[in-house]
Amino acid sequence: MTPTLASAARPRGRRDTTLASRTGVMAVLLLAAFYFLMPIWWLVVAATKPAGHQFSGSGLWFDGFGLVENIALVFDVNDGIFGTWMLNSIFYSGTAAVIGTVISAMAGYAIAKYAFRGRGVVFGVILAAVLIPKVMFTLPLFLMFNQIGLLNTPLAMLLPSIVSPFGVYLASVFAAQSVPDELIEAGRLDGAGEFRIFRSVSMRIMTPALVTIFLFQFVEVWNNYLLPAMVLNDSSLQPVVVGLVGWSASNGNVPAGTVVVGAFLSIIPLVIAFLSLQRFWRAGLTAGAIK
Amino acid sequence: MTSVTTNGASARVRRWRTPWLFLTPFLVLFLAMYLAPIAFAFIQSLFTLQRDGLGLTAPTLAFDPFANYARVFTDDEFLASLGRVLLFGVVQVPVMLGLALFIALLIDSKSARGRGFFRLGSFLPFAVPGVVAAVMWSFLYSPVTSPINGFLEATFGFSIPFFSDALALWSVANVVTWCWTGYNMLIIYSALQTIPAETLEAAKIDGASSWRTAWSIKIPMVRPALILTTVFSIIGSAQLFNEPTVLKSISGGAITSTYTPLMAAQAQVAAQNYPYAAAESVVLAVLVGVTSFVFFKITGRGDR
Repeated sequence: MTPTLASAARPRGRRDTTLASRTGVMAVLLLAAFYFLMPIWWLVVAATKPAGHQFSGSGLWFDGFGLVENIALVFDVNDGIFGTWMLNSIFYSGTAAVIGTVISAMAGYAIAKYAFRGRGVVFGVILAAVLIPKVMFTLPLFLMFNQIGLLNTPLAMLLPSIVSPFGVYLASVFAAQSVPDELIEAGRLDGAGEFRIFRSVSMRIMTPALVTIFLFQFVEVWNNYLLPAMVLNDSSLQPVVVGLVGWSASNGNVPAGTVVVGAFLSIIPLVIAFLSLQRFWRAGLTAGAIK
Repeated sequence: MTSVTTNGASARVRRWRTPWLFLTPFLVLFLAMYLAPIAFAFIQSLFTLQRDGLGLTAPTLAFDPFANYARVFTDDEFLASLGRVLLFGVVQVPVMLGLALFIALLIDSKSARGRGFFRLGSFLPFAVPGVVAAVMWSFLYSPVTSPINGFLEATFGFSIPFFSDALALWSVANVVTWCWTGYNMLIIYSALQTIPAETLEAAKIDGASSWRTAWSIKIPMVRPALILTTVFSIIGSAQLFNEPTVLKSISGGAITSTYTPLMAAQAQVAAQNYPYAAAESVVLAVLVGVTSFVFFKITGRGDR
């Protein structure tokens, strides 16, 4: 509360603005918020309408309540395949993100904290991979998996999903900023091995970064459509996004209302994760974007 | 004495080995899942499928290094898909980033209230997986279910033909814009937050208006963020696949199975013409790499 602190804060006092500018800014922002939130609101409203009435009445207001019955219907189609899809998504995203985070943390830490020959090359290749994203490699991956007989196995989905060049990049930025060299030296003087130091000292300091990497990777794997659509034909192996698109393209074999409710259910886990872990998202975006 | 030197030597070796031990799990998987497939696809693209005249026996592979690439550059459908994605990128990327920058500046402005709400509101669509967003928008577009057209019909007596030949590409663009504007806005907004208060204070003392401050100070200072979001958006356009694929089934033919380069390559996979699919994906990966590299160079990011 010292004067210095107060003057360092961004000027955002009400007295600086006119009523006209406040009204104008708020009007545009509300319009933008309507554009971004209207489709999600529509989805929520449609999912709560009684079965078969998803598209009747106003799109933007409630009309009877059938959410519970709708959810039961979604889990009933094709012998409850929707539940399998959700579990598959959780399994693929969770496994790939846990293993991927550890591997990325080790690689990023090595790049940030050791001087070794070839470091520049390794880092350059990883940055290039961040810029040419996975989708470009998906078709070649399919061709390769086809040749070695990996198609239609969970490994075909998991192995590529574990590799996250962006995770390595984030880990190296965080490790460079937050793990002090003195602490690593102290560990060495105490006679701890390099891996022991990494596990019990550095990884603890890097925890917020690891959570961020985990989140980014979890969401990326959950949202990935092209890879599972190509390498997993067996519908009991597919994640929920592939299953939903299959339903939506089924030309009415699965009722459109059921697809709407399925879409609604499939985004709930991610929306909850986003809302509760906002600060980690901001941290990840900032570290990734501003150098 | 001897034991100390041995220890010193082994410590040196350990030091030298350690970073590579840490890197090994990542590098092995990276080589297997990034470089090997590209190398495999490249080699496969050098072969062509030979069918006998009657098509009765299984096609055989013959080494013919230029055939697929010659075909790629004379394939009207593939070239049309490249042109379509180019048009898409030239229009959609500036519109989306302009919108993202505009919203970021408004939320950052002194006149804004409820910053947290607007930040989160714009970002929330990013939490919706791209294909689920496309499924959702397919209901908002569909002539049968569209609440948008329902509202327009009832109020103004007209409706929007979302899947006419002229509009289909922009209906796809709208889904992409809806998903990604908030993500880009947050990156730009985070950059805005790093502008020192003193700089803005100085502009205010000099009598600069909010618009003037935004144009002459804030926008130049978030240039790195704008370049980064532009490169990511260009790459995003090149890999356009999910949204048109989902919308295809209700587009009544306006969106074809070769609508974008990735869809065209995928169609070749579905037709089991793997060598040609490989050639198309190699060409696409090279085009994307070259484009982002050139853009980085032009904008001078490489000089910094």
